[in-house]
Amino acid sequence: MLDAAENQTTADGRQIGPVVMDLKNITLRFGGVEAIKNISFDIREGEIRAIIGPNGAGKSSMLNVISGFYVPQEGEVWFKGYRRGPMRPYQVARLGIARTFQNIALFDGMSVLDNIMTGRLNKMKAGFLSQALWWGRAEAEEIANRAQVEKIIDFLEIQNIRKTPVGRLPYGLKKRVELARALAAEPQILLLDEPMAGMNVEEKEDMSRFILDVNDEFGTTTVLIEHDMGVVMDLSDRVVVMDYGRKIGDGTPDEVRNNQEVIDAYLGVAHD
Amino acid sequence: MFYREAGDFKTSYRDDGQTFPIALDRWGYYAIVAVAALVVPFVINDYWASAILLPFLIYAIASIGLNILVGYAGQVSLGTGGFMAVGAYSVYKLMTAFPEISIIAHILLAGGMTALVGMAFGLPSLRIKGFYLAVATLAAQFFLVWLFNKVPWFYNNSASGQINAPERTVLGWAVTGPAATPAAKYLVCLAFVVFAAWIARNLTRGMFGRKWMAIRDMDIAAEIIGVNPLTAKLSAFGVSSFFVGIAGALLFAVYLGAAEVTEAFGINKSFLVLFMVIIGGLGSIFGSFAGAAFLVVLPVFLKNLLVGTFGWPTDLAAHFELMIVGALIIFFLIVEPHGLARLWRLVKEKLRLWPFPH
Repeated sequence: MLDAAENQTTADGRQIGPVVMDLKNITLRFGGVEAIKNISFDIREGEIRAIIGPNGAGKSSMLNVISGFYVPQEGEVWFKGYRRGPMRPYQVARLGIARTFQNIALFDGMSVLDNIMTGRLNKMKAGFLSQALWWGRAEAEEIANRAQVEKIIDFLEIQNIRKTPVGRLPYGLKKRVELARALAAEPQILLLDEPMAGMNVEEKEDMSRFILDVNDEFGTTTVLIEHDMGVVMDLSDRVVVMDYGRKIGDGTPDEVRNNQEVIDAYLGVAHD
Repeated sequence: MFYREAGDFKTSYRDDGQTFPIALDRWGYYAIVAVAALVVPFVINDYWASAILLPFLIYAIASIGLNILVGYAGQVSLGTGGFMAVGAYSVYKLMTAFPEISIIAHILLAGGMTALVGMAFGLPSLRIKGFYLAVATLAAQFFLVWLFNKVPWFYNNSASGQINAPERTVLGWAVTGPAATPAAKYLVCLAFVVFAAWIARNLTRGMFGRKWMAIRDMDIAAEIIGVNPLTAKLSAFGVSSFFVGIAGALLFAVYLGAAEVTEAFGINKSFLVLFMVIIGGLGSIFGSFAGAAFLVVLPVFLKNLLVGTFGWPTDLAAHFELMIVGALIIFFLIVEPHGLARLWRLVKEKLRLWPFPH
């Protein structure tokens, strides 16, 4: 058994830190349907953790449990050594968990810059009066946070569209802006729900490079759901495999690839 | 050609985030404010003040308020008339109870009072959206009008049920009551308009505005990235009602002088301000001004044209005017749902390149 508090070395020799989030015996029901059945796994600091599985396996529900959008009926979520009680999603965001969405959830009426600035809302504490008068803290904060946001804009190479309304952007760029908005929060854990869905090969390559760069440069712990197996096996340090709400595999990409249950779930199994 | 930002380089984020990023724009607005404050008061007469300038300025404040709620935060409200009534009756009670305190303080306090009432009626927005919220605010409209009719304390037990603004002065000049000059009334309203526009702009370009717009564009995503829907929606209701309350207070105390709640603050007022916001442009401070100007000036213009120039009977002209305004509203909703503010933006885009096509 791996020790939760110690650093680990992954298969490709990368160091990953101690456990930051521990999910214990999570069960999530919608009426009579059990979307997630008694699943436990952990997320270690600085790793890229993938959740994979066929359609309807409960991956997105799992992500929604982590981001606080669903509250599981059973089980415990431990974050940085504390058990997380039932919380509203915005409170979870304040703990430092940011996410992107499977169907892009940007604010269409706002510019790219404003969208990304919104991501930093938990970093800005200016009071109402200061903002209304644009005096003191409000202006200083706005400028300081703008500088941070510009770093992310440079990093993701979206300088030329910073003042464009998001509604006018093509799909691939929207996905990138959404990543930028999540990164702007300087999250402890970054949740990516199918960051490469619907992209062509070139866009996928770009996005993969950004995910790896983010992980390298900021050391951001990343949890991602993805259907493209090639991408998942290349990017991730450890993989959880789900099927019909159950966990059927957990380990390094190589371990998962050779797991008989995983192969059965993906390729089907002959019933005799 | 005449209108461009070429050569106007921004070297700091402070410059880039300012209210009017284009120098020509900036000087244009400063010039308008300077003319409005320094020239207009000397040439103003009673007709211009009461037919055009005062209603325009007062409705501009109300439109800015409603635009924050509907255009920025995406919460529909049909209770504007009721909230203006709260402002009017608050300022009336304050003026009669504390005659020694400045009317300016009373108007601001009336705005604050309206903000509290608006937040209370904004509470249903945490549960319901869209048409259902509109109906809930409609209830606020009818309840508030009923309340001010029903409880004599609000109109100091006057026999007529009306409220009358007593004379109050600012720096020795009467601004309310029969002795107030058009210039004094105009300057007070102008000061509040500039104040309202400045505060509204500051709030909407900062984090408050972004939270409101995030709630408007996608409320679930907004909550997941950390916007507290309770504070975002209630602050929008509060700020919006603050301005609407100031507009109601000015409408009663400075413009009308005497008011009866059903007549002055009925459902028609709610629709009028909502039309101003829609025609002017949702989510735009400039649009609030444009919408207010359009709906204040158009009837006056049509009346002068039809009765004055064509010599039509007054009643025929009045009906025809209603038809034209109605047709224009439908035309705008179909052709340019983003309102006059969007048209103005398109004109600016064209002017940047004129006389070249690209």
